[in-house]
Amino acid sequence: MNKASSLAMAAVLALGTMPALAQKTASQGIDEYRAMLQDGNPAELFEAKGEDLWKKARGPKNASLEKCDLGKGPGVVKGAFVALPKYFADTQRMQDLESRLVTCMETLQGFNAADISKTAFGRGEMANVTALATWIAAESKGLKFNLSQEHSQEKTFYEVGKRLFFQRGGPHDFSCASCHGEEGKRIRLQDLPILTKNPGDGLGFAAWPAYRVSNGQMWSMQLRLNDCYRQQRFPYPGFASDATIALSTYLGVNAKGAASIAPAIKR
Amino acid sequence: MNKKTQLVLASLAAALVAAGCASAPSVAELNALTDKIVKASFRDESHVKVERITATDETNRVCSEADVAGQPLDEKTAKRIEEANLKAIKWPSDGKFIGDWKQGEAIAQSGRGLTWTDSATGVNGGNCYNCHQMDKKEISYGTIGPSLYNYGKIRGVSNPDDPASKAIVEYTWGKIWNAKAYNACSNMPRAGHMGILNETQVRHIVGLLLDPKSPVNQ
Repeated sequence: MNKASSLAMAAVLALGTMPALAQKTASQGIDEYRAMLQDGNPAELFEAKGEDLWKKARGPKNASLEKCDLGKGPGVVKGAFVALPKYFADTQRMQDLESRLVTCMETLQGFNAADISKTAFGRGEMANVTALATWIAAESKGLKFNLSQEHSQEKTFYEVGKRLFFQRGGPHDFSCASCHGEEGKRIRLQDLPILTKNPGDGLGFAAWPAYRVSNGQMWSMQLRLNDCYRQQRFPYPGFASDATIALSTYLGVNAKGAASIAPAIKR
Repeated sequence: MNKKTQLVLASLAAALVAAGCASAPSVAELNALTDKIVKASFRDESHVKVERITATDETNRVCSEADVAGQPLDEKTAKRIEEANLKAIKWPSDGKFIGDWKQGEAIAQSGRGLTWTDSATGVNGGNCYNCHQMDKKEISYGTIGPSLYNYGKIRGVSNPDDPASKAIVEYTWGKIWNAKAYNACSNMPRAGHMGILNETQVRHIVGLLLDPKSPVNQ
């Protein structure tokens, strides 16, 4: 699978260097490559792992996550993803899917939340958080994003997230809006969704977690934002920090009405 | 860390209730809260320090605030920002504006440098093709900036050393060195001013854009 798709990628790249080919043809090549990718998404393996992890008794307390409240009541998974981030009264915090999962892993299973948050993406319990997030997101596939803006902290985090989205900084003066603030733009040949409003079904916020073919990794929203900030030449955003949760709140509220396709597959 | 900023948030909310505020926090309060959240959320990684976003200049501050408000800068502020950036331009130390377009092309193609996964001592690229069309043979270009194909030709530069070309040559150097000198809130990085490219690299990019032999002008 990986081999086949990287061969396809190589073919597409080869096309891209042929001067005689018109712009449209190269784009079509990329579209065909993307269509081919849809044929079997390795994210399904992470979904299956996530479902197992949810049901399995684990951790110091030897308990499952089946009583975890993701915002729709204990144990309710369907529809939870498209309503996050939201304010949780028990933790008195704004939480996204990943930070909420870590809370449940601490309170129900006895894991140390701070330790998990410090773990690198793809390693140890962090890899389990990503698998759990993949399965939980998949349970809301096709549902439309509809984040709450009822609580004062939900409104405040939206406003802070908006400020983060437009924050110019680093040696390149980039903000999130430098790439995602105008319709119909692209970097190199990569189309960029506009994120100041609903960019459409399965685009932007409604497309993560996603499996990245180019590096063979499952990417959660926290990792997606982390890599955006890296490419912006910004410093390192803490996992599930208030900044990433506020930014997610801004993107999630803007995506209202967009249907989720998570887990998606990306180049 | 999270606890701290959320406590700030809670006390902010409490203060608002105490003050009898019926609704949302003010713009100033939200800006202050955002600064606190930024300080608590980001950390140094490799050679990339948090100061990159906590110690930004007035240009970035006023442009970010204008973006949040959805309003362009007022004319007076825009002019002040442009003048300050214009003053900060370093002109070529030896008076030579035009470098080697071939080296310029390689710099324009490279998107490397200054992320926390890049080496601190590596050579930075210009990222030009990420946003601009420059050479009609290159299909993989971005569209965030305008097309620069035939940049010199369109501007009538047939000999960059001719005194008649002086204004365009200087503008091109200035724009690459510090784009905000000509458009206060331009999306374009200030390649020389912020140390992305050195003087020699900027000279090669100017060559790429203005040399009649460069693929940009074919």
